[in-house]
Amino acid sequence: MFDWPILSTIIFLPALGAIFILLIRGEEEVIMRNARAVALWTMLVTFILSLLMLFRFDSASTDFQFVERFNWLGGGIDYALGVDGISVLFVILVTSLMPLCILASWESVTQRVREYMVAFLILETLILGVFCALDIVLFYLFFESGLIPMFLIIGIWGGARRVYASFKFFLYTLLGSVFMLLAVLYMYWQAGTSFIPDLMAHDFTAPAQTWLWLAFFASFAVKLPMWPVHTWLPDAHVEAPTAGSVILAGVLLKMGGYGFLRFSLPMFPLASAMFADFVFVLSVIAIIYASLVAFAQEDMKKLIAYSSVAHMGFVTIGIFAFNQQGVQGAIFQMLSHGWVSAALFLCVGVVYDRLHTREISAYGGLASRMPVYATIFMLFTLANTGLPGTSGFVGEFLPIIGVFQVNTWVAVLAATGIILSACYALSLYRRVSFGTLDNEALRSVTDMNLREIAVLFLPIAATLIFGFWPMPILDLTAASVENLLSLYHNALLTR
Amino acid sequence: MITHDLIIIMPELLLFVGAMGLLMFGVFTPPHNALMISRGAIVLLIAAMLAVALQNGGELKAFNNGFVADSFTAFMKILTFSAVILSLIMSHNFMRQEKIERFEYPILALLAAVGMAIMISANDLIALYMGLELQSLALYVMASINRESGRATEAGLKYFVLGALSSGILLYGASLIYGFTGTVNFSELAQIAISSHDNIDIGLIFGLVFLMAGFAFKISAVPFHMWTPDVYEGAPTPVTGFFAAAPKVAAMALFMRAIIITFPQAVDAWQQIIIFLSIASMALGAFAAIGQTNIKRLMAYSSIGHMGFALVGFAAIGAQGVTGVIIYITLYVIMTLGTFACILSMRSEQGMVEQIDDLAGLSRTQPFMAFCLASLMFSLAGIPPLAGFFAKFYVFRAAIDSQLYLLALLGVLASVVAAYYYLRIVKIMYLDEPKDEVNLPMPRELKIISAIASFMMILFFFYPIPLIEISQTAANALLSNLPPEFGIMPSGK
Repeated sequence: MFDWPILSTIIFLPALGAIFILLIRGEEEVIMRNARAVALWTMLVTFILSLLMLFRFDSASTDFQFVERFNWLGGGIDYALGVDGISVLFVILVTSLMPLCILASWESVTQRVREYMVAFLILETLILGVFCALDIVLFYLFFESGLIPMFLIIGIWGGARRVYASFKFFLYTLLGSVFMLLAVLYMYWQAGTSFIPDLMAHDFTAPAQTWLWLAFFASFAVKLPMWPVHTWLPDAHVEAPTAGSVILAGVLLKMGGYGFLRFSLPMFPLASAMFADFVFVLSVIAIIYASLVAFAQEDMKKLIAYSSVAHMGFVTIGIFAFNQQGVQGAIFQMLSHGWVSAALFLCVGVVYDRLHTREISAYGGLASRMPVYATIFMLFTLANTGLPGTSGFVGEFLPIIGVFQVNTWVAVLAATGIILSACYALSLYRRVSFGTLDNEALRSVTDMNLREIAVLFLPIAATLIFGFWPMPILDLTAASVENLLSLYHNALLTR
Repeated sequence: MITHDLIIIMPELLLFVGAMGLLMFGVFTPPHNALMISRGAIVLLIAAMLAVALQNGGELKAFNNGFVADSFTAFMKILTFSAVILSLIMSHNFMRQEKIERFEYPILALLAAVGMAIMISANDLIALYMGLELQSLALYVMASINRESGRATEAGLKYFVLGALSSGILLYGASLIYGFTGTVNFSELAQIAISSHDNIDIGLIFGLVFLMAGFAFKISAVPFHMWTPDVYEGAPTPVTGFFAAAPKVAAMALFMRAIIITFPQAVDAWQQIIIFLSIASMALGAFAAIGQTNIKRLMAYSSIGHMGFALVGFAAIGAQGVTGVIIYITLYVIMTLGTFACILSMRSEQGMVEQIDDLAGLSRTQPFMAFCLASLMFSLAGIPPLAGFFAKFYVFRAAIDSQLYLLALLGVLASVVAAYYYLRIVKIMYLDEPKDEVNLPMPRELKIISAIASFMMILFFFYPIPLIEISQTAANALLSNLPPEFGIMPSGK
């Protein structure tokens, strides 16, 4: 279909941009300007290339497409890349959010701009690698290496408690993933291959599946994050710079959900079935508990961080419902949360750049001074609560339908989460946008400028379009999800 | 016959005769020629490396099977000699600055290199002991080469006393083994193993344990590690860098040959000792380094931890395990030398600084050095995609293949704890405000060495195959000495 390795090109183009930025010489000001421009253009080209790939993607096929495979470590461990209906959209999500990050930090980041751009470009390469890897060792390598740039992004450009937050983020996720490393090694030893499609076809014994499932769960649950291992997320979000939060909420969290779909379900079907109720319990706790905690927050970013934990609860519920609506809904929710939460963090960033505080009480009455901002912020607040007509509704509705067929109580309890999300999200909006303009500093505040509106254009479009017409996304994922589920159910039947 | 033997020991002979020549030259010419002698030593080492490389064809044995040369020894010798060369290059600037340029230093390094080469090639207990002692005596003196410094002489004395004790233990073990079997040759010992049919003499086990205690001291595995932090901290920094790299390669190579090849029948006995050494070293290396403020002391604990990780591969036995150890030790040497090149560049106008806090804000004052050191730290921590990850990957893979699940689990947990202190160095360089303690630029040769090391760590991801294949060949060469009865056979997966 393609003569040249398009996935490798997409993955390593940002890294090339990073090398290019490192080679720029000249005055501080020149370096700054050029670094921004190079980063933005590299990411835009990557985005266009990824759209080109999506255009050529055959959504009717269940196979991995654009496959590349070369000998890498020997002994059957290859450099193997490919995408299917599950991963292709995450690639687009990453490439579309990354330029927004650069645009959002255009003016707010003035310290060490060159390093900042390099960190984001490298991060893009590593995250894209996660979603494209078809070799489990390669997947692990990309999965864990994203920690390095993210550690630096939080640690260097973060807020007051950035050191604590960056260490917590790094060590927490590292501890989660080392168990997965052992599981990967065990699977390689048992199956004699590390090629993901071959591993999917391999039957692991039931006891082995249990242990392997738990090891992968340790890693993905921390990454997603699920209750009770979510505590790194609020700290990391609060301290990270705006663009860091966008990537964290928009993309990094999805690696956990993607991992469940790519590994836990197809490779350990027996264990997945066994632990489904366990996951349901954790997810319901996450939805209700995190929503209540979000309601009590005084810090805007922390509130959105806890709402992310709650929304990820819908993802795990959908995945472990093991039916078409549930799994497709989970994927949809991940994508929808990807742009909605990213946009919410960008909205917080807009006012943070003006007032340099994230305290909710410092705001109030913004609607009169910043009407455009108030409108956009309202759209995403409503999308966050799952209002019909926004993509958030589809993303929460489908997993609930899915799980309703499996376990009514889980569906009922999860649905209360939607009510709770309305409580905290609307109260956040009321306290920020309505009421009286008490804070003196707010009187001179200006509305969003063109750059800031442009940054949010793509999320707005996605939220509305896919809210009314979710079929393009559901069509793309349908065949692969169907295939995944039929493999899963066959595996259960044959045992 | 003697010419045949001499050709086989050509690299060692070359180094030894050359060292004597340089010694005479140093004694009978006017002083201030240390740099020239050091360059001469480097040339000799390169020549010896070439000699090793040319010799690399099948298995050669000399002196009644007391000395062996195959592709395993060739690889280990080349690695050792390269480490010695780089350590010598790295020491020039420091020695000049601290005014301890002595011509004895490169000669001692050469003699240590001869000792290490003999250790790597030793195929009987006599050669083993000779090589070990030649190396150790040279190292004791090197530790206290700065004889005016109280710290350095203390380090040398501690090293000597504890080293002598461990040599004594090792020698006692060797005598027990000889007494109970009547031979000192590794191949013959292995043959005796076959005829023993699991009835292993208790005396032989005692000898084996003493022997292992001696080796554990040389690679500074817990609980025989006490000397390491003090010696690393007290010795002049280039000497510390030397200690951390080359001798570890030689000692690990000797350790593997003397245990895996010689006592295959006692696997159950020694495997549990290796597992204990490994777990204890990884744990101590991880926890004890957290509180360190001196970077040399930190590197001492770091090297203890890394030896523990290398021993994970050893404990797994088999071709996978030995391959893992070889890959680990190779990458460890590169990382360590690169790190010491950075540590040697921690200079201020008042002299050398050694505190970790002195690195504060290095990323702003010296971005290049900070970048190199940070990538080496992430690599030492074993974070992908840097090479240190692959090192850990291969030893843990071997452990899982041998079903040593608990060892692998404790190993990865120790690596998470250890990540903390490596990360702390990165944090100090990148997150803290500059203190401008390290305010002199990096000397050129150190800059080149640290840059090469860190780029090798970063780019290893793209082309890992050569090292892996060489290590597999070397591991198979070592294991081909094993009698086929013992199931621990070379395999090529």
